[in-house]
Amino acid sequence: MTNLITREKWYQDLFDRQGALTTDKFIRAKVAVCGLGGLGSSIAISLARSGIGNLHLIDFDLVELSNIHRQEYRLNQIGKRKTDALSELIGEIAPFCQVKLSNAKLSQNNISSLLTDDDYICEAFDKATSKAALAEIVRDNWPEKILVMASGMAGFSPANEIKTKKIGENFFICGDQKSDLNQGLPLVFPRVKICANHQALLILQLILEKD
Amino acid sequence: MITYNGTQLIEYTKALADFLEEHNYNLKHIAVELNGKIVKRADYARTKLQDGDVLEIVTFVGGG
Repeated sequence: MTNLITREKWYQDLFDRQGALTTDKFIRAKVAVCGLGGLGSSIAISLARSGIGNLHLIDFDLVELSNIHRQEYRLNQIGKRKTDALSELIGEIAPFCQVKLSNAKLSQNNISSLLTDDDYICEAFDKATSKAALAEIVRDNWPEKILVMASGMAGFSPANEIKTKKIGENFFICGDQKSDLNQGLPLVFPRVKICANHQALLILQLILEKD
Repeated sequence: MITYNGTQLIEYTKALADFLEEHNYNLKHIAVELNGKIVKRADYARTKLQDGDVLEIVTFVGGG
């Protein structure tokens, strides 16, 4: 069946729904997703479905059973690299999205080379220290790139506490900014996914705002 | 007066490092923007806050 869907057909349907101008902007956008856990796997799939043309997926980890309850992966993907597994899932949904894979752990040494080509950067790490380190490096090196971060999405608290907030020019944060994994709160799929989609939706809005 | 996290106005003229310590921030879990620019962790001690500064401190918590 998927073999019968041409690139033209796939995009035509998006054109019909959201307009050619919108879809055209999405096709040209280059978005990096840093960390492919609960947030990152959901962000990437949302963006791919929406017609984002270039996704850069970055993670060093393998899919494990403990990921299945809150991340987009399938049981039959356990043991695979998250980059490869997510690329497979995207291929089944949006085969014409250009997916670039970096099987790497982002660090001070490689961030500047890995993220150079991406205009939009979604932070989707799990550790607070990694989030803070990424913010410092990205904001210092590329204040012109859009940085969308996440903080506070653990536990079962109301969805409506999760907000999108602008911190500064090109710098945004999504989450309730308080529900901490390290306070023993579990990560629960619906709430993580709500935060992920705050990030994904914001990326789409910002792409549309740009000329 | 400095503007702190959007709404609060505070009289403060010491170093950013002092401000962060007095407000009990965990330096490894924050990003600090002063007048729209990131301040690197290595520069907290030598960054003096002054009248009219706009200070945004983002605290990150774990989970993702």
